[in-house]
Amino acid sequence: MDVGTEQYAAPASTQQAETPAAGTPAQPQRSAAEAPRGEGSSFVSAGGRKAGSALGARWFEYLSTAAGLTILVILAAVAGFLIYKAWPAIVASPEELNKISWFKADNLLDYVAPLIFGTLLASLLALLVAVPLSVGIALFISHYSPRKLAGPLGYVIDLLAAIPSVVYGLWGALWLAPVLDPVFKWMTSALGFIPLFEGYQAPAKNILTASLVLAVMILPIITAVAREVFLQTPRLHEEAALALGATRWELVRMAVIPFGRSGVVSASMLGLGRALGETMAVLMILSPGTLFSFFLLKPGQHQTIAANIAAKFPEASGLSVSTLIATGLALFVITLAVNMLARWIIARRSEFSGAN
Amino acid sequence: MKNVKSRVLAGTALTGALALALTACGSDAVKQDETPDATGSATAPESSESAAAGSIAGAGASSQEKAMGGWIATLASVAPDLTVTYEAVGSGGGREQFLSGGVQFAGTDAPLKEEELTAAADRCYGGEALELPLYISPIAVVYNLPGVDAEHINMSGELIAKIFNGDIKNWNDPAIAAENEGVELPDLAIIPVNRSDESGTTENFTEYLAAASNGAWTHEASGDWPISGTQSGNGTSGLIDTVTGAEGAIGYADASRAGDLGTVALKVGESYVPFSAEAAAKVVDASPRAADATDKRLVVELDRTTTEAGAYPLVLISYSVACSVYETSEDATNVKAFLNYVASTEGQTVASAADVAGSAPISDALRTEVVAAINSITSK
Repeated sequence: MDVGTEQYAAPASTQQAETPAAGTPAQPQRSAAEAPRGEGSSFVSAGGRKAGSALGARWFEYLSTAAGLTILVILAAVAGFLIYKAWPAIVASPEELNKISWFKADNLLDYVAPLIFGTLLASLLALLVAVPLSVGIALFISHYSPRKLAGPLGYVIDLLAAIPSVVYGLWGALWLAPVLDPVFKWMTSALGFIPLFEGYQAPAKNILTASLVLAVMILPIITAVAREVFLQTPRLHEEAALALGATRWELVRMAVIPFGRSGVVSASMLGLGRALGETMAVLMILSPGTLFSFFLLKPGQHQTIAANIAAKFPEASGLSVSTLIATGLALFVITLAVNMLARWIIARRSEFSGAN
Repeated sequence: MKNVKSRVLAGTALTGALALALTACGSDAVKQDETPDATGSATAPESSESAAAGSIAGAGASSQEKAMGGWIATLASVAPDLTVTYEAVGSGGGREQFLSGGVQFAGTDAPLKEEELTAAADRCYGGEALELPLYISPIAVVYNLPGVDAEHINMSGELIAKIFNGDIKNWNDPAIAAENEGVELPDLAIIPVNRSDESGTTENFTEYLAAASNGAWTHEASGDWPISGTQSGNGTSGLIDTVTGAEGAIGYADASRAGDLGTVALKVGESYVPFSAEAAAKVVDASPRAADATDKRLVVELDRTTTEAGAYPLVLISYSVACSVYETSEDATNVKAFLNYVASTEGQTVASAADVAGSAPISDALRTEVVAAINSITSK
């Protein structure tokens, strides 16, 4: 037991050092409640705040309220801007829209729909790859790796998040695509009977390459959140599992994963949010097309909203700008929906999770 | 090269900002000096009539962007006090800004439309718009076939059309072999690559295919690639990267960017002509003017099916659009000075350098007409 306590004391202190920086508002109550465990002494507790200057407290309250309101104002401003700027395209007749040289659809909805499809497909494929990998990395860092390795590994993962997306784009287009070329060739010759993998054409500028790069890009955020959640597994649960003679795997399966499930879901949603809006990497990798197609290896089948805007905006003017902004509005709504879904999932399990 | 370019641009921008600030101060000073005896419309001092000074702005086609960068950076040799800026917002955007008076000149791949000509008369204080073909750029059909050692593969417009619309799928197709005797072509799938963004290059390429393919190309000319489900690249560099990325790929791009890729010699009459600056300039001279062209609007109706020996019909012309009448003599002088520099042998040579734009210098005959049009610019 001694060994166990010591082992888990380390992550606990790491977490304590990190959470104040992250500024999670729910944290003070938690540490106050768990004070007997020796945590929270470095924190401003509820009592400490009362003892402070009343004037300062009020000022701080105003400031933080203002900061909170700013977020709402910004969000409302963005939504307002999108609707205002997209309005001419929304109310325009199909004849007017068809004057735009690249507008080859019957109406605005027909134009946006394949883009939404492409965006969702690319993001979901990215999630499919990134989530299992991230959970694996997070579990390794939180419960398997030697303490000496856990710190640097977490740092490296966080570093991945700091790489600009245009660099990922270059990496994907110039390095990853040639590397994937023989793999895809094999897939289409060996698995080509499955429509999904039919018809690969070199170079590897298809949605699967784009999704793989997106997966690498969203890996850090999912891993970071999942790691934090796994580290917050109540120690009593873990010790109980160990006391019952559980192996490390059984401990993870019975105590850590059930506790962290909602956290992993919300982490995935955060990753999905990032993948949905990713522009440069997709723009540089994908040969775009606007079809509803599940051919993952064919070029010219899909395009994402963000990359489409980036590709068309430089030479757009008048109604074509409005049309592009209307597609941006669609992306905004999707992203909002994804984030609200994530919030809802976290809230549903809030009594367990310390991550909200 | 990219670094050098951006440094040059940054430098230009900085100089521009400085010059703007300086001219602002300058004109203030002039105004203060002149107010006592000014008679309504203040005229610029005599000295600036002859020497171009101040700044003018242009906007338009991105095809000209690199050439404009070169012209702007070297303008100092003839007009050290003149600052020119050019924003590559696209041909349509450039024409729009020019007609609304936002910029003094525009660059456009397509000539002005009829209603734009009417608007131009208003914008030019009763004058008319000048359209000058000052940027002629050959478009190369590039291919990635490392195993083929022939200098060029020969192709007719019909053959190119069939390759790009997918009728011919393999490099060892007899149709290709028939035009290339003695060249051993591999058994390799052809991967046609097009631009994914809307571009003047695509527009000129499809226009060539529509005109010179004997009906094999069924699509209309458009800046947006008409076939879906194709391999494509964003911008010229994206296209070149894509063609470079796969053996057997074929695409089309500004000839100066072909790099190590093979280039196609086009069938003109009974012989095959590889792209060159002279061949590109030649087709412009051999082509008739548009029906409504004037001595100020030198709009060329490119003859894609020309049989003129040594002419290369796959070229892009980008026009410089200016007013024949400007509000101030300062603007008139500055635009005149800049366009004269662009049209000069020196200016055309600058743009033709491979590291600038690799364009084809205009012929002397065309220059005479262009210069005459430029020198007709006046102020109201």
